[in-house]
Amino acid sequence: MLRSFVSKRFFSSTRASLDTLAFVESAQSKITPTSLSAINAASKIGEPITVIVAGSEGEAIKDEAAKIPGINKVLVAKGTQYDHYLSEELSPLFKDVIQSSNFTHFFTPASAVGKSVLPRLGALLDVQPLSDIIKIESKDTFVRPIYAGNALATVQSSDKIILASVRGSAFPPVELGAEAVPIEEVAATTESNNRTEFVSEQLITSERPDLGSASKVVSGGRGLKNKETFDGLIEPLAAKLNAAVGASRAAVDSGFCDNSLQVGQTGKIVAPELYVAVGVSGAIQHLAGMKDSKTIVAINKDPEAPIFNVADIGLVADLNEAVPELTGKL
Amino acid sequence: MSNKLKILVPVKRVIDFAIKPRINKAGTGVDTKGVKFSMNPFCDIALEESLRLKEANKGLVEKIHAVSIGPTKAQDILRTALAKGADSTTLVDVGDEEVEPLAVAKLLQKVVEKEQSNLVILGKQAIDDDSNQTGQILAGLLNWPQATFASKVEVEGDNVKVTREVDGGSDTLSAKLPMIITTDLRLNEPRYASLPNIMKAKKKPLEKLKASDLGIELSKRLKTLKLEEPASREAGIKVDSVDELVAKLKEAKAI
Repeated sequence: MLRSFVSKRFFSSTRASLDTLAFVESAQSKITPTSLSAINAASKIGEPITVIVAGSEGEAIKDEAAKIPGINKVLVAKGTQYDHYLSEELSPLFKDVIQSSNFTHFFTPASAVGKSVLPRLGALLDVQPLSDIIKIESKDTFVRPIYAGNALATVQSSDKIILASVRGSAFPPVELGAEAVPIEEVAATTESNNRTEFVSEQLITSERPDLGSASKVVSGGRGLKNKETFDGLIEPLAAKLNAAVGASRAAVDSGFCDNSLQVGQTGKIVAPELYVAVGVSGAIQHLAGMKDSKTIVAINKDPEAPIFNVADIGLVADLNEAVPELTGKL
Repeated sequence: MSNKLKILVPVKRVIDFAIKPRINKAGTGVDTKGVKFSMNPFCDIALEESLRLKEANKGLVEKIHAVSIGPTKAQDILRTALAKGADSTTLVDVGDEEVEPLAVAKLLQKVVEKEQSNLVILGKQAIDDDSNQTGQILAGLLNWPQATFASKVEVEGDNVKVTREVDGGSDTLSAKLPMIITTDLRLNEPRYASLPNIMKAKKKPLEKLKASDLGIELSKRLKTLKLEEPASREAGIKVDSVDELVAKLKEAKAI
């Protein structure tokens, strides 16, 4: 009786072969690219992967999620309590699924959601999570940047369950295949006793590609002086290159653009093919967010700006003249 | 409101944000000799927010207690917190060994109980280990609501409304006390401590404890095998004109 209950709720029949669980997050009913990067990382463990999706967003992407290559199964946690991905609801769900099926590894993207939920889950499982991993050395050994990316730490975990968030820019996202794997429902067995309510969200809509996953990024800094120049110079150049728009902390703090566009240690970490830094001086905290870009271009009138120490191609010039000229010549 | 706020603010002593850390020769850690240390910037923001809550709402905040888990020298950070306006402080002296977020959260849980805190405001991450975990783990241990990456905090009675910085914009959560908040950069601009206040801070309470006094054993789950410098980038070139820039970009197949 109990067994049939458990197998209906979970999947005891295939328990022995299951190993890695990965959370697939979506935004506006689409799988986020960083979730697909996390799957790439999970595949490096070399064990079968089960993915879990949750809430209304999860319902919307489950068929797409079933086409993620290299996975065995999609688990769907239905229920509006999982909408908005509140950590208070997700962490007991993940705990139940991990424990009832003996998963040894659990991966999330190092997104705002992943960063919020993973440590809380760590508390419930008594596990020390690993944040923002950029390399997988073995099943228990990982590399992660510390000190704003100025040092890379190789760390070995002695925990029985490995909880890790994955830096999207360090692993290319996997591409969806044609074959679909089975989809099963799961539910949490324990009450979350959640006392947190979602009130509202204010999302920034843009025609530009998503900053976290764009292949080109045009970023503006303090040198742009005001919002008008930022919009007037950065937007057209980004449009011409089909690039995402980014910014330094100084530009965000001065109100040139939205907070969510900040690139750096405490903002987004990007590693596009091309990063164009306009009027960005290149503080340690900004470099932490972009120095793994393939080609870095800097346009700055100060020849001593630290950005030139990491730029592949530097142009010392007044950005008010150089940027429109560049936009015109592309 | 039924209860006054008893705010706990954990603060960490870290290498100053403006300093580029150097890895030691053995590749086991970062050189700290002669290096400037400061309060972690996000912790400073957490402290500032609790001070503003106290100043803006007469009678709302009963006390602000700052706690640091770290080496003996972390008491300098606590003195700074006192000078800025914290009422009392605790140093949990754990020596020079780095303590993992899980262990820090377990220690904090004990301090929360001891101080009967009903609101804990932490920085979203420490700029040395960049973990971004402690607040969330503490919330999980206590099974309290959590609001991470806060850019705005509003307290109305027992209800706390927090606007958070998330991917793609912001969102707003509402929760009942007791709860955990972690701060983002945009929350506020921390104040400086004035000289008279620094002098006064010397007379304010600074309790000193060991981890064992709180009944917590400091065991490590993660072993750092090595630290390395990230691959350095090849020195780039400087061009003299936009035309040359476009030519180089084409050459590099970047456009």
